[in-house]
Formats: sequence, C-alpha cells, structure tokens
Amino acid sequence: MINQSQTLRALLPGDALTGGGIDGGNKAALAEIDASCRVPVLFFFLSGLAWLLAGTVLALVASIKLHTPGFLAGWEWLTFSNVRTAHLNTVIYGFASQISVGVTIWLMCRLCRIPLVAPGLITVANLFYNLGVTVGVGGILLGDSTAIEWLEMPRYATPILFISYALIAVWTLVTFRLRAERHLYVSQWYLLAAVLWFPWLYGTAQVMLLIEPVRGVVQAAVNWWFAHNVLGLWFTPIGLASIYYFIPKVIGRPIHSYYLSVLGFWSLALFYNWNGMHHLVGGPLPAWMITVSIVASVMMLIPVITVAINHHFTMVGHFGKLKYSPTLRFMVFGAVSYTLASLQGVASAVRSVSEVTHFTHHTIAHAHLGMYAFFTMVMFGAMYYILPRVTQREWPSNALISLHFWGVALGIVLYVVPMSIMGFIQGTMLNDAAVRFLDVVQFTLPWLKLRTLAGLLLAAGHVAFVINVGWLLVRMFEPYRKPVVRILTGEAETVAAGK
Amino acid sequence: MSYGPLLFLGILFTLATSWVGLVLMPHRQLGNVGQHTDTNTAAIYPAARAGEAQQGAEHYRSLGCVYCHTQQVRPEGYGSDIERGWGRRRTVSRDYIQDKTVMLGTMRTGPDLTNIGERQSDAAWHYRHLYNPQITSPGSIMPPHAFLFDVRTIGQAGRSTNALVLEGPFAPPAGQEVIPTRRAEQLVAYLRSLKSSGDLPEAPVKKEEAQ
Repeated sequence: MINQSQTLRALLPGDALTGGGIDGGNKAALAEIDASCRVPVLFFFLSGLAWLLAGTVLALVASIKLHTPGFLAGWEWLTFSNVRTAHLNTVIYGFASQISVGVTIWLMCRLCRIPLVAPGLITVANLFYNLGVTVGVGGILLGDSTAIEWLEMPRYATPILFISYALIAVWTLVTFRLRAERHLYVSQWYLLAAVLWFPWLYGTAQVMLLIEPVRGVVQAAVNWWFAHNVLGLWFTPIGLASIYYFIPKVIGRPIHSYYLSVLGFWSLALFYNWNGMHHLVGGPLPAWMITVSIVASVMMLIPVITVAINHHFTMVGHFGKLKYSPTLRFMVFGAVSYTLASLQGVASAVRSVSEVTHFTHHTIAHAHLGMYAFFTMVMFGAMYYILPRVTQREWPSNALISLHFWGVALGIVLYVVPMSIMGFIQGTMLNDAAVRFLDVVQFTLPWLKLRTLAGLLLAAGHVAFVINVGWLLVRMFEPYRKPVVRILTGEAETVAAGK
Repeated sequence: MSYGPLLFLGILFTLATSWVGLVLMPHRQLGNVGQHTDTNTAAIYPAARAGEAQQGAEHYRSLGCVYCHTQQVRPEGYGSDIERGWGRRRTVSRDYIQDKTVMLGTMRTGPDLTNIGERQSDAAWHYRHLYNPQITSPGSIMPPHAFLFDVRTIGQAGRSTNALVLEGPFAPPAGQEVIPTRRAEQLVAYLRSLKSSGDLPEAPVKKEEAQ
C-alpha cells in the first residue's frame, strides 16, 4: 500500500522533497538551515584541512625516508616511525574525522529539516578535538607513541578526543529527537550508527589497551577489533551516507532501490564489526577467532555488492553529468573505489592470499585505496557541495577544481596500483626462503620512489583545493554578488525544474 | 525504516555481538594463560625479563621499531618464516604473556625479530647496526640511530672499553670515540632477550632440533 509520494520519501533525501525543486517547496528553509550550520561546519572543515596539509608533509617525509634512509636522519623526533605514525594520526583523526563530523552535522540538519541546535556544544567539541589531536600528535613526535596501531596517541591525549566524540554523539541524538522530518532517509541510518559506534569502540580500546591493559595477545585482538572498525564502522558509514545523499541530490533522481539500501545497511552492521582478526592471519591467536573474521570478511560481499548495484543503477543514464559537477565526479570516483577496496579487502582476508600479501606494501596500498580513493574523495565531493551553501558564495576557480581533481585522482591511482602489485611480488619473494632478505628490500626501492612521485601529485591537488577554499572564504567578506547559476553543479532541484 | 528506536537498538545490538565475541571472550579464554613448567627439566617458560631488557622494551616501543619489524613466527608451511630461520616453531599466545605491550607488528620492511636474541647474540653487532645499519647490512633501508650514541673526545685513560669498533667511512674523527648511551644499552639488552623457542605442549619444537 505504498503510494507514489511515500515511495519517493523512501528513496530521496527529505530536503529534496520538501525543500524545493521536485515538489515545489521552499528554498528559504534550506537556506536558513545552511546558514545555521555555517560556523560549526566551517570550524570542522577548516581545522580538518589544516591537518590535511600537515599530514601531507609528514607523508612525503616518511615516503622519502623509506627509500633514502639518510634523509633528515639526524633528528630523533623525525625518525621514519615517528613521521609515519604522526602522518597516520593527523590524517585519520585530524583531517578525515573532522571533515566527517562537519559533513555529519550538515547532513543531519538538512535531513532532519531543523536549523542547527546547540551550536555551543559543537564548538566545544571542536575545540576539544583539536586540542586532543595536537597533544596526541605532539606526544607521538616526542616519543610517547603507544606503538598500538591506530591508537598511537598517548594516554594523556585520548580522553580529550573521547569527550569530543561523546559530545558529537549527544548532539546527533538531540538533533535526531527534535527532527521536523519524520521520515528517515538511508543516510541518517548510517550517520546515527557511526556516531554511536565510534565512542563505544574508542572507549573500549582506550580502557583495555591504555588505561588497564589486558594481558598478552588479547591486546592484539582488541587492537584489531578497534582499528578495523575505525574504518568499517566510522568512516565507511559516513562515506556511504554521503554517497547515498549526494548522488540522488545532484542528479535529481531517487535511489534505485529502497530494499537494497535496507539490505546493504543491516548486512554491513552485522558483518563488518567481525572482520578485525583478518589482520592476524597466521598469528599467535586461537584459530577460531581468525576463522570467524575471515568468514565475516567474505560475507562483506553482500553489503558491498548490494550498495554497488544500488549506486550504479541510480547513476545509470546520468554519467554525462560527471563533466559538470565536481561533487558528482568525486562521489562517483569514491563509490567505485569503495567497491574495489572492499573486493581487495575480501581477497586479502583469505588465508592463501594473506600468506603472500600480509606484512607487505600490499596492505599499505589497500589502506590508501579505502581511506583515500574511497573515503577522502567522497569527503572532497561533499565539501564541494556544502561549502558554497554554508558560505552563500560560488567556488571562485574552476581551474583549481580541475587541478584538485586530476592531481588527486592521478596521484592515488599512481599510488595504489603500483604498490598493490609491488606488495604482491614482495610477498612472493619473502615467502621464498632462497631469496635473501636484503634483495627483497632492494627490489622495493624503485617502487617506493614512484610512491613519492604519487605523493607529490596528491600534495599538488591538496594545495589547489586549500587555495580555492581560502579564496571562497575571502569572498565571504566581499559584498554579495548574485551567483552565476551553474546548472548541474548545484542543487538537484535546478535540474528537475529545468526539465 | 522510519522507526527510530528499532534502528537505535539494531545499531547497538550488532556491535555488541563482536564486542562480546572478539573482545570479551578472548579476554576470558586467554587472559589467564600462565607460564609453563617443563615436567622433566622444571624450566619455566616464558621467564620474566630482566629489568634492563624490560626498560629496553620501552625504547623499542617509543622508537616505533614495530612499524617495520614483526615479532611473530607463522606456522610451518605457511609463509617461509621457519625456513628463513626466524624461529624453530610458530609462536603462540603463551609466548607473549610477559610483554607489557604486545608488538606483533603487521609489516616486514625489515626481518622478523621474534628470536633475534638467539640469531644474533653479539651485542657489538647490535650497537654497530643501530649506529648505522650500512656497517653490518649494506643496502638496508633502516634509518641510522646515531642519536642513541655519544661521540666523545678520547680521554687521558685512552679509548673506552665500550667504544664502538668503527672503520673506514663510518669511523669518527681522529681522537673521538662513539659510546652507546644508556638507552642504547637497554635497547640492545632487550633485543638480545628476544627468544621465543621454549618447548611448549601447544607448540613443540621439532625433536631432532631440540636435542
């Protein structure tokens, strides 16, 4: 008994239905919501981008050090391990998480159709957050790293971040309770899940690894339960929520299938959180734990393929729009990478593949395929949509947008493809005891130099984006000029209304 | 799916399953594993680390050695860990019960160190290797850790007994010597203590080699 309008409600973001365009409605309400988000969203985006630049520099230094070990070797605080770890923590906690929070805030307000509530709470969360990352990364560079992957920030920094995550979860729940739009769009399921899952994961890991460490290899189990879920239950849901929102929004067309969205969401919720032990295949843990995680990893095919089909059939017939909308271009790049990263992840979890790829650069390539080619690209796409709306200004430079897209798109392909291949060969060589270890090291060198080149392309893209954002902010202080209406770069409603 | 409470409970329930399964259950199963006493020799394994090596473990953590070196030996027939001589048997959970921070590692930019104390027991080798890996392992991409050493003028009493023996391009300027700091001594003590080859019921060392 679903009528036409109910079907649409299930398949389109609420603000597309009531905020203009498709069924008329009022743009003023959307503009009011966007304006209410301006300060908090800009806080998270701008501090996130500052950390991105820091993380990019650290990444380049680490990359150079790995093929030229004498580079900056005199300073103890800049050893490869410190720089590499500081890179991971700045881009994961400083950059990616903060952009995630900014996007979450804006999406929740838009989808709940209420102006931002409790801006003070969000501002405090942001200040705590940046304090936590600063103290944490500083501690890592000074030698206080815990050496627990993805949880390297010292014990005196992590509670600050935990408070911030808890405040964000509280804010999201309050917004959710006060929502004016009763219908829940698929993006909201993912966002609500992410903000509730993460404090649980982070709290558990802190208590069991830093405050009251558990004994022996239970540490490794907790470590990888946590670390894999940072990707699976924090970044992935926020990335998918964004894709589910922005693709229909930009092309002005509902999601292909409501039932596939339900299946995709619940199968991800069921299986992803059991994946972590596939990082320990062959390791000193009970076989049942590793086997359970391998099975759960293979089961990930269900949500991944479901979501891929759903996104693909939403896009079909609209690929021409990639040319005009930067948001769509980054989103589709990210959506395709999500499928590829997940398939690579499933394959690497299988025992016979893990035997080769574990302990090699293949895993590093996989991490960047997931965190960058999927997640970061989606976040860039979201920012291209959100920033003009919260600032009420158009992007100043199309050339910088192109430079950004092509720099990072080519950069990440040049990173992930060669490193995946190299890691596989490296693993094969390592598994042949007749090959001297130092020969394996020598084999990796030219590939590692290629990675530095890829890093330079990524860095160029980041600089272009940051310049464009800075320019956009400068425009906020200029008298308002009527924006040039760019069909297809903007709202879905523009497209629909034009038809 | 517009019913908030159902969504909320579903979100909490799904994560609760693996929280119980992969965090609480292993803690119950493995959290109490104790030392093993050999019935024939009365040897206790794994033995507690001496204080100096224990402090060295903190430097190993702080310097981030784990990002390039694993401390786990995979079973025979799975990878080449045993053929490469990184261990005589696979490592099992009991091997790690004395470690304050368990550093299994996930990357082998450098070789596995589970049994480095057994494979390379010469402290002088370790000092020279840490000071500049090119001395002992030409072509290595391990960064030099010269900051763990002091370069000093040779005193009246002549060259110190613990000065590093360095030749050719690695030698300090005339009249100077390179001395390990306290940290270097503790780190090397830790590296030399790394041995996970005790004969365990769950991971027996192959008989012909154990004899």
